[in-house]
Amino acid sequence: MEKFERLEAVAAPLAMLNVDTDQITPARFLWRPRRDGYARILFHDLRFNDDGSEKPEFVLNRPEYRQARILVAGRNFGCGSSREHAVWALHDYGFRAVIAPSFGDIFFNNSFKHGLLPVVLPEARVGTILDALQRSPGARMSVDLEAQRVVGPDGVTDTFAIDPFRKRLLLEGLDDVGFTLSCQDEIAAFERAYEREFPWI
Amino acid sequence: MSPNETSRPRTLFEKIWFRHAIRTREDGATLLSIDRHLIHDGSRAAFQFLAERGLPLRRPDRTFGTPDHYVPTASRDLSRAEPHRREMVEDLQKNARAAGVTLFDLGDARQGIVHVVGPEQGISQPGMVIVCGDSHTATHGALGALAFGIGASEVSHVMATQTLWQAKPKTMRISIEGRLGKGVTAKDVILAIIAKIGAAGGTGHVIEYAGSAIRSLGIEGRLTICNMSIEAGARAGMVAPDDTTIEYLAGRPYAPKGANWDKAVAYWRSLPSDEGAVFDREVVLDAAEIAPMVTWGTSPEDAAPITGRVPDPAAAPSAERREGMERALAYMGLTPGMPLSEVAVDRVFIGSCTNSRIADLRAAAKIVAGRRAVVPAMVVPGSGLVKAQAEAEGLDRIFRDAGFEWRDAGCSMCVGMNGDLVAAGERCASTSNRNFVGRQGKGARTHLLSPIMAAAAAVTGRFTDVRRLMGDA
Repeated sequence: MEKFERLEAVAAPLAMLNVDTDQITPARFLWRPRRDGYARILFHDLRFNDDGSEKPEFVLNRPEYRQARILVAGRNFGCGSSREHAVWALHDYGFRAVIAPSFGDIFFNNSFKHGLLPVVLPEARVGTILDALQRSPGARMSVDLEAQRVVGPDGVTDTFAIDPFRKRLLLEGLDDVGFTLSCQDEIAAFERAYEREFPWI
Repeated sequence: MSPNETSRPRTLFEKIWFRHAIRTREDGATLLSIDRHLIHDGSRAAFQFLAERGLPLRRPDRTFGTPDHYVPTASRDLSRAEPHRREMVEDLQKNARAAGVTLFDLGDARQGIVHVVGPEQGISQPGMVIVCGDSHTATHGALGALAFGIGASEVSHVMATQTLWQAKPKTMRISIEGRLGKGVTAKDVILAIIAKIGAAGGTGHVIEYAGSAIRSLGIEGRLTICNMSIEAGARAGMVAPDDTTIEYLAGRPYAPKGANWDKAVAYWRSLPSDEGAVFDREVVLDAAEIAPMVTWGTSPEDAAPITGRVPDPAAAPSAERREGMERALAYMGLTPGMPLSEVAVDRVFIGSCTNSRIADLRAAAKIVAGRRAVVPAMVVPGSGLVKAQAEAEGLDRIFRDAGFEWRDAGCSMCVGMNGDLVAAGERCASTSNRNFVGRQGKGARTHLLSPIMAAAAAVTGRFTDVRRLMGDA
């Protein structure tokens, strides 16, 4: 699994509420194998016209944001479907952190599996950051996972909370399957006792 | 767990959570044991991960599969499906066979939408932890289970270990008290809930639906309500098991039998939240105030009573919300202030894991009987067994005589992966769960409503207050 330690990069503002995973990765592309890459699929119908040309008004198509590695978005980012393709697409495009006031729970969990750090900051603060990014296109931000710190385009530092177990896995690039398999004896013992109590399951 | 923890009143959720906790780390992460893992034709990536790591699927006896997302519904002939869709279904067949997983395959009457099949077969039971790589897994919570959707990586984790690491969510109780009025269904209740608490209102929470209006619903109505918990941001929704639950499960193929049945029922009776159990958040709605609902925007929270009007973005509480509403109305081709009952529809879809069960089809058929659909309309039953039951009752005749298409089971036009699509700019009255931009097809305009409201839209060509078509009964 890819690790995340710290990142300093251009941040792109996506000032929309409830950006759902159907918009991040439309359903008609989901049969494609992971190895083919999902960069082009990201925000496909927001980014491209029917003829495949770019929609110039979409934020990621503006020259200042071509190198963006941090995405800042409105409340409930990644809501909807459980499709992990949404994380693949953000990752393959180059994003390594998404900052929002809240996330769809399943998207949030999926992000950690691919080295994409979802950062929750208060809604008012995200609003200020979005304004600042729109005023100075191409502005940079930094995210430090170890210190749980974000520095905004205005130089203001915020701290964020994160589940310590997930933080460790992400910092070290560890995948939880390997860790869980080391608990196999404990799982087997649990199941034996459980199946004695609930023989119908 | 301290002695205090065991003696204090507990919620239904807490009882299930603690009984499945194999280990809780000091940092709060809990390793949960999984009772049922449901898979479908979108599970390919997770099987690939297992193969790459050389890991076996640990508990095929607790894993059940059925193809639903990519299956054709115009016929059962997979050879006529586009190659990439056919491959998704064939990969599930191959993977399930190789792993020894029970598969309700295409051509088996038990095939259907995974969230219809689980309860129908009695695979989903009270007190269980049930997961599936699909966000609508909360559906199974209607039987008193803790059921939630997971992504492909978590699916592969469950396949390899039959466990998941989870942080304990918060709890929310939503109580609907009183009696639902004529023409007001479970779908209207959940749309009213989402309109009230918002599409992120339940984020980080497990919802328990309670109150007299929920108790008086059958299991199918409860399945509809729990199904859309994710549309309120909650990963799981649940209803305490009661007599209705037990009657529903009795005799189902995978329900416990004989002495185990009695043991199971005794256990299920112990699950409802204790008197005095504390929830992190409580929400109360008056059943009598809920009207038949229709969505007008591109988030399920954009729902209003059929007696209402398209809202005016100028009245939005924030600039962000105003811009969002303007974008949504432009996409939906609607004008602020327009009465919802004057909006004409181009197409009607009755189906999806939200509303494709026999009770849904019976209710819709009652509205359709003796009338004609004036726009293209289709019914996609949730499973082969639902379809067979409907045909045995003559419901297919009612729909066909009215000009509806009568299809085979699958997710179909709810998610559009199988090629059943709404054309760009077309307005679809849909009993599904998501009105997201492009959800039913690029440029498609989706309005969510109940099966009887969809039936009313089909026979009138516009959103119509179904109560006007119901007579006085």
